[in-house]
Amino acid sequence: MMKWLHTMASSAWFYRFSGRVIPWLMILFIALLLYGLYGGLVLAPADYQQGDAFRIIYVHVPAAWMSLFIYVVMAVYGFIALVWRIKLAEVLLISSAPVGAAFTFLALVTGSLWGKPMWGTWWSWDARLTSELLLLFLYFGVMGLYAAIEDKRTASKAVSILTLVGVVNIPIIHYSVTWWNTLHQGSTVSMTDKSSMHIDMLAPLLVMALAFKVYYGIALLLRTRTELIEREPNSKWLKAIIEEKIND
Amino acid sequence: MMQLSKLYLLVSSEFLTAFRNRHEALNPLLFFVLVCLLFPLGIGPSPVLLNTIAPGIIWCAALLAILMSLSNLFRTEYENGTLELMVLATHSLTVLVIIKLLAHWMLIVLPLILLTPFIASALGMSFDVQLTLLSTLLLGTPVLLLVGAVMATLTLVIPQNGMLLALLVLPLYVPVLIFGTSAVNATASGFSAAGPLYILATLCVLSLTLSPFAIVAALKTGVSQ
Amino acid sequence: MILEAKNLQCLRGHRQLFNGLNVRLTSGDILLVEGNNGSGKSTLLKILSGLRVPDQGEVCWHGKPLAIAGNEYSKQMVWLSHRNGINESMTAKENVQIMSSLTNSYGANIGDVLDRVGLRGHANTPVRQFSAGMKRRLALTRLLTKKAKLWILDEPQGALDKAGIDLLETLVKNQATCGGIVIMSSHHDVSFDDASVKTLTLSGL
Repeated sequence: MMKWLHTMASSAWFYRFSGRVIPWLMILFIALLLYGLYGGLVLAPADYQQGDAFRIIYVHVPAAWMSLFIYVVMAVYGFIALVWRIKLAEVLLISSAPVGAAFTFLALVTGSLWGKPMWGTWWSWDARLTSELLLLFLYFGVMGLYAAIEDKRTASKAVSILTLVGVVNIPIIHYSVTWWNTLHQGSTVSMTDKSSMHIDMLAPLLVMALAFKVYYGIALLLRTRTELIEREPNSKWLKAIIEEKIND
Repeated sequence: MMQLSKLYLLVSSEFLTAFRNRHEALNPLLFFVLVCLLFPLGIGPSPVLLNTIAPGIIWCAALLAILMSLSNLFRTEYENGTLELMVLATHSLTVLVIIKLLAHWMLIVLPLILLTPFIASALGMSFDVQLTLLSTLLLGTPVLLLVGAVMATLTLVIPQNGMLLALLVLPLYVPVLIFGTSAVNATASGFSAAGPLYILATLCVLSLTLSPFAIVAALKTGVSQ
Repeated sequence: MILEAKNLQCLRGHRQLFNGLNVRLTSGDILLVEGNNGSGKSTLLKILSGLRVPDQGEVCWHGKPLAIAGNEYSKQMVWLSHRNGINESMTAKENVQIMSSLTNSYGANIGDVLDRVGLRGHANTPVRQFSAGMKRRLALTRLLTKKAKLWILDEPQGALDKAGIDLLETLVKNQATCGGIVIMSSHHDVSFDDASVKTLTLSGL
């Protein structure tokens, strides 16, 4: 088992594996995206109160879910990197950060665009919005700290510690709508209870969420491949791969 | 674990060094007073307005002053090589970190808190509101110090770490700021400040127990460069 | 008493400083690590002292890897880097006290120790007023206050004058004769007439 895990953690294996998997993931992503968008933009009935304007939910909510999900995944990578000192975990962590930041930004922007017609304001300093903004700063902090330290090994360790420290923000964001009176609406989709959203509206939402997850997978694999090449330009496995490509 | 005499030696050397460099401890204090002074001058001396925003001014000024004092937290030790000795002293490293932070709080943050009643009175705060303000500062400034210390030690290897440090602490400072000011505002409006105060106390205990681990890990990482 | 380093690898950025490095030292050995600037001498010494974890391989003291036996190892070792490890706001005497406390060594007479390193009469002078050579000599007191089996010294001759260098060589030879191990890096010429001086030259691959 440990041998298998250590094989998985080797850069050479990862590079080849990701190369084979990415095309399939792309097909899956496009399929899910098209289905989700069609379901959300065309099939789902218009909302009783908001009309068609509510359809931005199909980008806003999955993006917000991804922003939280990716940070938690980063924290797990950070933990693995610190405790078992697996280099691949370090690379996965830093490769996830820009993707997480992008989703957070997307959530904030789509939320703002939705807020103007609904609440009459582009922004409000309520708990949910503020803590999501802080999450964006957390992502920027991770990226900034990694970029500022020259020795990438030290940088990875520092960033792992930082990610673990910042993970306290995640429960705050998630529960901010229950703990405070906020302008942002409360939770309607729940994993344990029956969701208060109708299935016709809910299904495309879940499909979009899945599509975004697959996208994260694609972006992560691509970025990690690049980061691995940058980190180990003189390694044997890379030279072997280049030779293969030349000889093809 | 550690003999009393050794502990005494480390504590006294920390205070002695701080005393011999006492001009450095004045900077954050002056900054705090300056910021608090500038707001009434900039916004206008209307007592009602000042009374409303006073908790926010004082809390923000305290936060910024503490942030300022943190960017060089272990820098002298890092540069003169004593940090390497501290890391190698393994058992003692956590104790040393705690001593350093305690000294920092007592010598830089405590004077700031002691000045607060004067500034609060100048901004027109009533006595019971000031009492809440002091409680929030006593509970909240350790959190600011400890979380700030984690970030300061993470950025120790970076020479000009001021801006990055501010970016890193921001997500964790904002909750403290929000709870601190909401507690004071609650008292000012006649409500009980118990809720936010309890939360501040929780944050204080959490940071006291968890941050030494992060600080020690960050110091070991910094020294291995 | 054995210090063993197996299969050490160290990377700095893209450069591989050394790979597959093996070291084995027993009582009475003096190891000189030589190489040009940037060849990884300090990094190797940091790895041997336990301050830095190697990218590959491990260091073992009495058969136990440092990852496990780190505490006991530090207790039996003195580390001297090219930064002195002294507090400039304190006097020489206070510094010796603090350093002793940090390195867990007690019982040394501070006056004698300062005499030995040639800082007689400067016990109560603030270190801020010392010259670079005097600060280095003060750092050398760590070798005297602690009875350590292993000395790891990174460019110890920096800023020392001729007398200081002679003092250092005497101390090193003493340590080896008494059964200790000394690891020293240098890019000067160092002369020990001892036969059991091993040299390791890092070429920076």
